Amino acid sequence: MRIKCPYCGERDLGEFAYGGDATEPRPDESDWDTERWVKYVFSRKNPRGWHQEYWQHVHGCRAWLCVTRNTATHEVAKVELPNGR
Amino acid sequence: MRYSAFNLFKQALRGHRGWSRAWRAPTPAKQYDVIIIGGGGHGLATAYYLAKNHQVGRIAVLEKGWIGGGNTGRNTTIVRSNYMIGSNVDFYEWSMKLWEGLSQDLNFNVMLSQRGQFNLLHSDAQVDAARRRGNVMRAHGIDAELLDAQTVQKALPQLDYRDSARFPIYGALYQGRAGTARHDAVAWGYARAADQLGVDIIQNCEVSGFEFSGERVVGVKTNLGVIGAGRIGVAVAGNSGRLAQMAGFDLPIESHILQAFVSESIKPCLDHVVGFGAAHLYISQSDKGGLVFGGDLDGYNSYAQRGNLPVLRDVLSAAVALMPQVSRLRLLRHWGGVMDMTMDGSPIIGPTPIDGLYLNGGWCYGGFKATPASGWCFAHSLAYGGHHELATGFTLERFSQGLTLDEKGMGPRPWAH
Repeated sequence: MRIKCPYCGERDLGEFAYGGDATEPRPDESDWDTERWVKYVFSRKNPRGWHQEYWQHVHGCRAWLCVTRNTATHEVAKVELPNGR
Repeated sequence: MRYSAFNLFKQALRGHRGWSRAWRAPTPAKQYDVIIIGGGGHGLATAYYLAKNHQVGRIAVLEKGWIGGGNTGRNTTIVRSNYMIGSNVDFYEWSMKLWEGLSQDLNFNVMLSQRGQFNLLHSDAQVDAARRRGNVMRAHGIDAELLDAQTVQKALPQLDYRDSARFPIYGALYQGRAGTARHDAVAWGYARAADQLGVDIIQNCEVSGFEFSGERVVGVKTNLGVIGAGRIGVAVAGNSGRLAQMAGFDLPIESHILQAFVSESIKPCLDHVVGFGAAHLYISQSDKGGLVFGGDLDGYNSYAQRGNLPVLRDVLSAAVALMPQVSRLRLLRHWGGVMDMTMDGSPIIGPTPIDGLYLNGGWCYGGFKATPASGWCFAHSLAYGGHHELATGFTLERFSQGLTLDEKGMGPRPWAH
């Protein structure tokens, strides 16, 4: 598996660290609703197929990336900077 | 037909032509009292204990592939009960006790080999943690011994004890009753025993959705048509998330890939199961002579049943650091299994938010050793609802209640458990 870092180009999986599911937005700090926090912290769609997830290029530029990857085939379709930057 | 020395002798005289099928290949009925989805070790054990211990009527096990073709045949076959938090302690010990009588109970040799497991310790802090774990185990009646380095060296002379070793060995926490079992035999033994108690085992039957009557689940849609059921148990660890999505709810589970490895066959060189405490590695030698070992998860969501090379390199270097002589062995094969990784590293057995639907999943990578107790407790849930007293901690609600069972203390990062 290789990931194409927008800064460094296509690099081997060994340079990256996984950051988990990127689809569930973090509730606001002032939000005290337990159910919303439980959903954010614990609940996952866990799809078989396309999955949006965070990776960090730890052994490269250290940028956090938002990657669209297929969990059934390991194919990487899209690599972006988080929050559409 | 009973498997015995007498029957073996009788069949030998007849050229082994009289053996009957180990289990039938029935066509599914329209309706069952209980349907269990997933014909792996856990599903078959559930069906067996349900038929044996409880009166629930007709039972079917639906398997999308073939018996024992999933994670039951994709693990490193280690059996142990060295846990120390909440329900884990007594649950895994009950599993260990069931393992000890399993071959006789099923009339099928599961080749349990209680060769003992050494969990190696490489620092004073690890020795302290192991002493605490060992004391918790002994307080629950589980065997545990804290061994010093000299004792470990006598039992395992092949490890690296040089002063120059990257991770010197300070000692080990030893469980003598731990060991290995033949994984396929576990699935086959439970399948045969359940079949003899009247359970229908239906292979090549994939579930694609659920049938509802109001809020209650009343059947499954499969490639062999709709099959009705009073209660449905899901025992498909690795794919629990997919089944939950079909039923319309999310789980605190991610599916991750775990690789395992077998070396070429060599003469007996490792009598015990060994866990490396410095890096994540567990290793034993199979009856065929291959070294069977595994390590960490690949660490990203995956259903692919195959992993990538960085983890392979990681695990192999850990093996070489522990037992330098393995560096000259060739790797015979390696494979990946899909793990249900929960947010706290502990399993889920019991009811779901959907009426009539029960879940047995989230086994992370501890599923094989749990097979008998998992079936035992899940059968109880399917028969009476609720939780078995050994599994009261394994609820789905524990995450929202702040009652997580995080044995490794990793927090909600399933790839780190």
